[in-house]
Amino acid sequence: MTDGGSGGLVVEAEVRRGGFTLAVSLAAAPGQVLGLLGPNGAGKSTLLSAVAGLTPVSAGRITLAGQVMDDADAGTFVEASGRPVGFVFQNYRLFPHLTVAENVAFSPRVRGLGRRAAREAASHWLDRLRIADLADRKPAQLSGGQAQRVALARALAGQPELLLLDEPLSALDAGTRLDVQAELKLHLADYTGPCLLVTHDPIEALVLAGQLIVLEGARIVQDGTPAQIARRPATDYVAKLVGLNLYPGRADGSQVRLTGGGSFIIPDHGQHGDVLVAVRPSAILVSTESPQHSSARNTWPARITGLTLLADRVRLDLDGQPPALVDVTPAAVAELSLDPGTQVWLTVKATDLEAYPPGERRAPSGQVSDPLLS
Amino acid sequence: MVNLAEPSRLSARERGRRAARGGVSRSVPVPLLVPALIAVAFLVLPLIGLVIRAPWGHLGAALSGSDATQALVLSLWTASTATAISLLIGVPLAWVLARTRFPGQRLLRALVTLPLVLPPVVGGVALLLAFGRTGFIGRLLDSWFGLTIPFTPIAVVMAETFVAMPFLIITVEGALRSADQGYEEAAATLGAKPMTVFRRVTLPLIAPSLGAGAVLCWARALGEFGATITFAGSFPGQTETMPIAVYYALENDPDAAIALSLVLLLVSIVVLVSLRDHWLRGGSVV
Repeated sequence: MTDGGSGGLVVEAEVRRGGFTLAVSLAAAPGQVLGLLGPNGAGKSTLLSAVAGLTPVSAGRITLAGQVMDDADAGTFVEASGRPVGFVFQNYRLFPHLTVAENVAFSPRVRGLGRRAAREAASHWLDRLRIADLADRKPAQLSGGQAQRVALARALAGQPELLLLDEPLSALDAGTRLDVQAELKLHLADYTGPCLLVTHDPIEALVLAGQLIVLEGARIVQDGTPAQIARRPATDYVAKLVGLNLYPGRADGSQVRLTGGGSFIIPDHGQHGDVLVAVRPSAILVSTESPQHSSARNTWPARITGLTLLADRVRLDLDGQPPALVDVTPAAVAELSLDPGTQVWLTVKATDLEAYPPGERRAPSGQVSDPLLS
Repeated sequence: MVNLAEPSRLSARERGRRAARGGVSRSVPVPLLVPALIAVAFLVLPLIGLVIRAPWGHLGAALSGSDATQALVLSLWTASTATAISLLIGVPLAWVLARTRFPGQRLLRALVTLPLVLPPVVGGVALLLAFGRTGFIGRLLDSWFGLTIPFTPIAVVMAETFVAMPFLIITVEGALRSADQGYEEAAATLGAKPMTVFRRVTLPLIAPSLGAGAVLCWARALGEFGATITFAGSFPGQTETMPIAVYYALENDPDAAIALSLVLLLVSIVVLVSLRDHWLRGGSVV
């Protein structure tokens, strides 16, 4: 976390909208891409809207480079048009009656440049995003990927001190998405101000953001680097996103009693009290007989309730104490004749279990205290 | 034996038609077809009568024999002025009604759209009572500026504006309500202040409805009769607009009346054609 004192964005605020109140505190430093990850309705877009000045905060304040943009207690507010913010909207919201060049020239023009200077500023950004050949088209004549680039050019042409991206790739089809994502990453690397990137796609967040905040139910439930979050999810939602099994429980040395039933043996690092245990689906072994001679110390019976074919493996949905998602090869499914209803034994090595205290939010980034992480 | 209805004949042409449009039979049931045909006859036959009865041989003479040119010119410029005034003050009112909330707004909307349903002659009487020489506003205008409005071309413009502006207001207000405000938000984040947003984003986005509303308003102003004759009278060259000229010509020069009516019919057709994108494709103008 940074203090955001020099050019950074600091949000310590509540935003009331409709029935819910979003409460967040976050900071983004210049040059940092802060990803906001969360399910629909978590309040991600509301947060962007508050930072842009489209929704006032109901309590707390938002500052940019130490200057107040919105302060509910002091009653001060800078209108959206007065904030140096570039906003790329989810569906881009390109003005349909203007050409691409006019869209991109819009911000320089309304911010006081003459017609000619605004057009030059626009053509600079069109060149930079390599869409100069689209200058005379109307938004209706653009593909999704092209519209995304135009939207980014339009936002950047206003020379914003702060960049807001709301699901910038969600309107694209799978084919163009990867290309545009790679390109967006390059442009974000060039951008010197802080950037907030809202997404519900974990891959997008992992690729584009240097730091992540997970929003759930209008609250921040986790923050950290993408690697930390992928390794130690704090909630079921994050665990599902990154594809891990997650079990809350109470640790007592090497023994973890799981809240939902069952227990695990973990390497003893002297942990006591509430913990979360994360385990990769591919780290769990499936056998049809009770394993007799195994170095693994966690074995439990389970029943298959579902099978899903993923790209190169089959994901088993298993009911047991505890339940689990397990990845096996299609060959294994055939050899062991795994069907819904089949009784199996699950085995996982203690060293494949990642146990950590819940609520790691605010843990200083970069500090790794657990040898399992290194 | 299944419970299947008797097959009927279905031509290859009808098969193609149904395949293209999809769905079930589109043949019109008789209880709907007959009234529909009566309605068509009722609406179209009078116009045919007008065209048949027109003095085609001496149309030019019929027109020049009356004060037709004068009346037409007066009608065109007063209707255009009324439309311009409606645009200048009606569009901002439509914006206020669509985009703001304040107590009494529903009442205000009802009041300003009242002329849509008010008999025009009542509007004329109301204008006369307000702006007449002894009216509460007219008296002030008279004593302060020596200005007398009734029975002048200004009165014609005012009567037409009074009756026609609500058409523009409801059309534009509807368009503003259904317009995507996301564009306006985007414009604000790009640095545009509210008036710039209105001018450079809102207005262009509702331009089609604005055009439709203006044409509708203009057509209504052109045909205005009741309020105009009550408030402005019928002085040839001064306040005698086309509809009033037709009405008087019918008594002593029917050929001229028919010729004038033909001119108005022609103008209406032009208006309708210019509105075809909004009306003739179905749906409402709003």
